[in-house]
Amino acid sequence: MNMFLDYLLTAIPLGMTFLFGCTGEILTEKSGHLNLGIPGIMCMGGACGCLALHVMYGSALPPFLILILAVLAAFAGGVLMGMIYSFLTVSLKANQNVTGLAMTTFGVGTTKFIMSSLATEAMSYLYALDYFRFPFADSSTSLKYCGVLMYVAILIALAASFVLSRTKVGLHLRAVGENPATADAVGINVTLYKYVATGIGSGIAALGGLYYIMDYSGSYEAYKSIEALGWLAVALVIFTLWRPHISIIGSILFGMLYLAGSHLPTLLGIRLDMSATPLLQMLPYVVTIVVLIVTSVSKKRENQPPAALGLPYFREER
Amino acid sequence: MKKPNNTSLHEPAFHIVKRDTIPLGKAMLIRVAAVAAALLLCSVLSVLLINANPFEFIETLIDGAVGSARRLWKLAKDSAVLLCISLAVTPAFRMRFWNIGAEGQTLIGALAAVAVAFYLGGSLPNTVLLVLMLLAAVLAGAVWGCIPAIFKALWKTNETLFTLMMNYVATGLVSFFLVIWTPSGSSVLGALSVGHLPIVFHEYFLLIAITLILTFVVHIYLSRTKQGYEISVVGESENTARYIGIGVGKVIIRTMIVSGAICGLAGFLIVGALDHSITTTTVGGLGFTAIMASWLAKFNPIVMIGSSAFITFLDQGSAQISTNFNIDSSFPDMVVGIVLFFIIGCEFFISYRLKFRDSDQNAKKGGAGK
Repeated sequence: MNMFLDYLLTAIPLGMTFLFGCTGEILTEKSGHLNLGIPGIMCMGGACGCLALHVMYGSALPPFLILILAVLAAFAGGVLMGMIYSFLTVSLKANQNVTGLAMTTFGVGTTKFIMSSLATEAMSYLYALDYFRFPFADSSTSLKYCGVLMYVAILIALAASFVLSRTKVGLHLRAVGENPATADAVGINVTLYKYVATGIGSGIAALGGLYYIMDYSGSYEAYKSIEALGWLAVALVIFTLWRPHISIIGSILFGMLYLAGSHLPTLLGIRLDMSATPLLQMLPYVVTIVVLIVTSVSKKRENQPPAALGLPYFREER
Repeated sequence: MKKPNNTSLHEPAFHIVKRDTIPLGKAMLIRVAAVAAALLLCSVLSVLLINANPFEFIETLIDGAVGSARRLWKLAKDSAVLLCISLAVTPAFRMRFWNIGAEGQTLIGALAAVAVAFYLGGSLPNTVLLVLMLLAAVLAGAVWGCIPAIFKALWKTNETLFTLMMNYVATGLVSFFLVIWTPSGSSVLGALSVGHLPIVFHEYFLLIAITLILTFVVHIYLSRTKQGYEISVVGESENTARYIGIGVGKVIIRTMIVSGAICGLAGFLIVGALDHSITTTTVGGLGFTAIMASWLAKFNPIVMIGSSAFITFLDQGSAQISTNFNIDSSFPDMVVGIVLFFIIGCEFFISYRLKFRDSDQNAKKGGAGK
């Protein structure tokens, strides 16, 4: 039992990395934009947050302010990336896939650049680890991974879910993603909605990067694995059928699947061959493919991607 | 939604009009301007980051890419590999099938080639082995590309996300086989002693020659054959295709088999001519870069020779900058990213133009003069 708890207590925090990315991507996709730049944006969030922490090192600011400023820096970095993406895909009507992939190339490269130049300094951003892991910072068990941002992730997901399904703004946003021409005709500012949804979504996703470095993993090397996690966050969007509240459960499940290779054998008391680990690591992707197939075969309307996903909107074109 | 308030009619400062056609020269001019602007920004960045002056930046960039015979060959080799994968994704893109799984399709092709060499190497003559490796790689790539296509054709399953996921399944399979093939547990497969492509003229010559031939084959396939025509029709409008009796599902599956097979061929070339081994990063993101190379060339195989060489040029040149100025090796990614943003952005000015309020007299009083 203890071992299972341990498994869960590492899987939940890891899952929150996906949750940030997933919630952000859901907001973006609801506006009809498939942002494949999410992995790059998450990386940039981590880099901007760490840069801010680095700048604040040794300052007399109270810890909670340092925390908030770092989170804001990460958010701002994400919003900036989101604005580049929106400008290219919304205003300049560029191809979303190509733009997104370029964002990822750029974001991952820039992040590596920033992080490797930070790592050469003697003292760096990791001093803030305790602030991020606040309630359980002193814990020596897996509980120490359950820091403040974890709760933020869940709150954001719940808030996003509420906004999308219960408010007028959410209704308008979904309308923009389903049929921008109709939304435009009833007087919704399509461009504004796309910009804001992508901007906020990217900002939220960016927090995932900072969270992963400062809260979950807490090491200099952490930024290197964010890209792969970012793609899983994109996968999670499909897995949870574009619903932020389901993605809370989904992200924990993905966390468990991701860690299955190292935890399952001990948990079940069996000895798995070493070759099983890579196969177990494939699980989240395979499960996503299965969900993708099942939803497309069943053709339930509420489970489909936003109808205008990936299509540029030009008002004068029919 | 902009309703006239009172008597004055609000008219935006400009509105966007789609261009019918644009002369090639003008289009190229816009692109060159975009690249120049991007490089200007990069050199400003380099001034800030590494204290190099902009001229030094450009000079090192060019020198790093084409400065010596060895660098030229490397440029040609890397461009050829990128070109090969770009050619692979092109047929799919032409029918608006967003195959972003080239990474996985190439990797699985490479895996199949290595597997054949690993299990059959030594017991067969090299030529037979190479043919078997090629067949296995092409088949594996085709299967990998075909799976999402079948679901797309039958149930309209979203191909972008499906092919993306298939990349990671392929990566997982590679690490699985690496564990099996390396009993020591290192997961590092040493270079294979068999299954090397013969060296003609130069180490890289055969690879480059094969890719160039392939370029023309793909060009002719897309522009001169019935199948290529069908791909274009499906890409323009599925309804039109259905109306004139093209089996859309069949075309999707067939095209993705072609696309995956060429990816598999690329995987074979990487294994047979360059790496002679495999890791999970053998393709190293080229599958994604190829998407951009193909798109930059407007899905035209001949133009793609230029676009893939251009991307490789930037990559290799800025890698030289990071070596010379002792900065992180991630610098090329930043440069390529910035240049791509500018080119992606400039395409807007090629397909649309801005119509300013004052430039057009007759649209001024006539209300919404669209």
